Amino acid sequence: MNAIIFSAIFGVILMFTGAFVADKTIPKNIAIAGILVLLIMNGMELYTGSPIWNINKMEMLRVDGFNLTFLEVLFAATLLFFLLSGRDVERVGEHVAEYFALIFFVLCGVSLSCTYNTLLLLFLGIEIMSIPLYVLTGSKKSNLKSNEAALKYFLMGAFSTGILLMGIAFLYGGNPNASFYINNLDLGVGKLTPMISVGLVFLVIALGFKVSAAPFHFWTPDVYDGAPTVFTSFMSTIVKAAGFFAFLRLFMYSFGAVQDQWQDLIIFITVMTLLVGNFTAVFQQSVKRMLAYSSIAQAGFMLLAVFALNAAAKEGLLLYAAAYCFATIGLFAILIKMKDYTIDGFRGLAKEQPVLAFSATVFLLSLTGIPLTAGFQAKFMMLVASAQFESKLWLVIVAVLFAAVSAYYYFRVIQAIYFRPRIAEDNSTICYEVSPAFKTLLIITVAIIIIVGVYPEFVVGWMYHL
Amino acid sequence: MGTFITFPELFILLPLLFGVACFFIKNGNVAKNIALFASLITLVIVVTSLCYTDVKYDLWNNVSYVWLKYIGATYFVGLDGTGRILALLSAIGFPLIIAAAHQNKYEKTNSFYGLLLLSQAGLMGVFCAFDALTFYFFWELALIPVYFLASMWGGANRVRATFKFFAYTFAGSLLMLIGIIYVYLHTSGKMFADGTITQHSFSIKAFYEASITPDAQHWLFWLFFVAFAIKMPIWPFHTWQPDAYDEAPTTVTMVLSGIMVKMGLLAVLRWLIPVLPEASAYYTDVVIILSIIGIIYASCVAMVQDNLKRLVAYSSIAHIGLMCAAIFAMNEMSVQGMLIQMFSHGINIIGLWIVVDIIEQKTGVKSISQLGGVATKAPVLTIFLVIIALANIALPLTNAFIGEFMMFAGLWQYSNWFAAVAGISIILAAVYTLNMIRSIFYGNVAPVVEQIKDINISQKLILSVVVVAIFMIGIFPQPLIELTRVSANYLLMTMGK
Repeated sequence: MNAIIFSAIFGVILMFTGAFVADKTIPKNIAIAGILVLLIMNGMELYTGSPIWNINKMEMLRVDGFNLTFLEVLFAATLLFFLLSGRDVERVGEHVAEYFALIFFVLCGVSLSCTYNTLLLLFLGIEIMSIPLYVLTGSKKSNLKSNEAALKYFLMGAFSTGILLMGIAFLYGGNPNASFYINNLDLGVGKLTPMISVGLVFLVIALGFKVSAAPFHFWTPDVYDGAPTVFTSFMSTIVKAAGFFAFLRLFMYSFGAVQDQWQDLIIFITVMTLLVGNFTAVFQQSVKRMLAYSSIAQAGFMLLAVFALNAAAKEGLLLYAAAYCFATIGLFAILIKMKDYTIDGFRGLAKEQPVLAFSATVFLLSLTGIPLTAGFQAKFMMLVASAQFESKLWLVIVAVLFAAVSAYYYFRVIQAIYFRPRIAEDNSTICYEVSPAFKTLLIITVAIIIIVGVYPEFVVGWMYHL
Repeated sequence: MGTFITFPELFILLPLLFGVACFFIKNGNVAKNIALFASLITLVIVVTSLCYTDVKYDLWNNVSYVWLKYIGATYFVGLDGTGRILALLSAIGFPLIIAAAHQNKYEKTNSFYGLLLLSQAGLMGVFCAFDALTFYFFWELALIPVYFLASMWGGANRVRATFKFFAYTFAGSLLMLIGIIYVYLHTSGKMFADGTITQHSFSIKAFYEASITPDAQHWLFWLFFVAFAIKMPIWPFHTWQPDAYDEAPTTVTMVLSGIMVKMGLLAVLRWLIPVLPEASAYYTDVVIILSIIGIIYASCVAMVQDNLKRLVAYSSIAHIGLMCAAIFAMNEMSVQGMLIQMFSHGINIIGLWIVVDIIEQKTGVKSISQLGGVATKAPVLTIFLVIIALANIALPLTNAFIGEFMMFAGLWQYSNWFAAVAGISIILAAVYTLNMIRSIFYGNVAPVVEQIKDINISQKLILSVVVVAIFMIGIFPQPLIELTRVSANYLLMTMGK
């Protein structure tokens, strides 16, 4: 609950900063201070178990160790994002303070959609999370692609919002309790009534849209490619992970009892997502677009958590969020430093910037899921969670085969970095200037990924703290 | 719980720490010497550990730490006969490989030797792991440094060939991971020292006792076997191997063919047959037939190879195929023979690659038809090659004779027909090996050979070590047999024989 309050407060502070302070570097510093406050406040709540102000009226929120740990991971990822890419946010355009303010509003939405206990708050959380993102996507006003992406995102997003609302309405009308509380929906015994089934399917569609699961993924590549790269980094990681968390919570509390009735639907979406994401990523030449598709592919793996819905799935999603966010934010931060976004643009990076090359390699290995990195532990827990459904073991086999496919496109970047010579034989550099602080941060990120990879209890242990 | 550092931990930690250190040393020559030094220390420790094999030194040889408490995984490393013999092989192999690489110039020397030591750490981990998750961890970890080594320093097509190798093994090991998870979910729980109880456990004991229905065993067998077959490689999963061996720098090929392929054999011995005994018994014939097809096929291809490196690569497929068939024949003779042959094959093939490397470095060609008359220019090299090549085709008095003889005897006990068909490979091996010797070392002196000199003193020293090892085991194999007897008997016990 601390997180909801403080993220909103800092959003407002930053908005006013834009009006009163002309200096462009100040908003970034306030934002970093803000995210540190969020981390500390949320951490305190996780440690002590009680928030500073209790705003939980009528049990509309549910706070436990799991969602606080998840938020802590997301805030840590945001801190990393600010530290690595804060400078680049400043470069996007004129209204620096507003960008940071919008990011804090997104964080407020993230906190809501991780702690909601009623369908109304789910709706609010998702909307507070999405609307600032539409603005951020179009923040490069002079760029046609950015405008196109924003409009596309907004139109499609508005649609999915409508579907979400309609699904909620069906659920509300369909259950005899007439309740919005996710743990108090009376689904009846035996087969679901048509009203509730329709509501469930609509919710799957709407949430599937938010987490870019196939076949609701069509906005993703264009939006991720068109948006300014810094904001792509933010929305493909932190926002997406929060979307998954909302997805998991809803199905765990509301529909966990009737898992066998909707599991096939999730299986279909998972397989589609893995298929589309991986096979399209293989053909990309631009690393930015490849990461957009790979984020769809990773979403397929995260959907396994919704498929399984057991204790291992919760641990798996937590680890996955950590592994995926850290590695992807790191990769995007490196990508922004490159002059050429194509895979060939990475050729010769090992010679020019060994630290960047090494960190990019570790991030890519983590996304592939090689042991010793956090990505392996995440994938591993997901597999352990899903393998418990013995009759659906083929799904697990499909998932790992696609993980093997993903090695192809991640390793293409590694091959460009280390093994392929540069094309142009002049003395120009292939990336912009990199500060020592940036390199140090990258090394720290690498260290975190490896620590989580060797000892995941470091993160997972907190889940059971409360 | 260990209160001091145990042997297997040292085997893993020493190369790991020295390997990481190598990356930070700017001077290539210093890094080279450090790597040699590190591998020699590891050798000393491995040899020392052989004096403490008795059960009463158990605390020195086995250690288990709580790793992922919430799912019941431990970091459990230990030594048994098979583990010891393979640790010894890799401890002898790496100094030889590093010493042989001394002559070659590799760019970014420090990274090269750093990665080489890291791969040794990974291999040692695989040989010592007694927990399924630890095993999987090291299984993949051993692959990554080798992937980088071969892609960074190999021949013209190296990136493609090495990625093929990586993709094959990675896909295989992911399938194995599913198998591991499935077996894990059918194990009974485990209680840790502090009272935490987990539902399932990854320890090897729990895996051996897991309750798996015969139906499940059948498809699980293939999930595991495919991963191991790719690693060994067994026909028809071998297609990555000739390309990878050919394109990788010879130093790396030595690691791949001398030591890394043994990972697959060890995994079959330790993680496949005892975990899935019924399915293993059921599919024995299928596996042996695949192996024998591989043996004959590889020998035939080797006979018509002009590329020296590919020839050795194919001959390696044939040898590994025989070892795989011997495991599945599953009698005392064949399993013991296979354990000894794992060691001998490692030594011989490393020796053979050293000679191939010397020839390639001196003449710059690896095509057999372009070579000839090397014996007149380099008589000492010729003597060494002939000895190693004869060991490779298992002549009596050499080390490979003991292993191959026992394997064939065992295979004969299992089925006369299989033994007879596999036996053709002995003749074929003699044909291609002797042919190679004849056309490279004798005959007219080829133009590229005109200028070469005989090998220098350090190369003589390295090759002498190999030759001494060949004859020592060939004449007095008893220590090796003693070392592996317990493991072999344990394996047969799990099969109920």
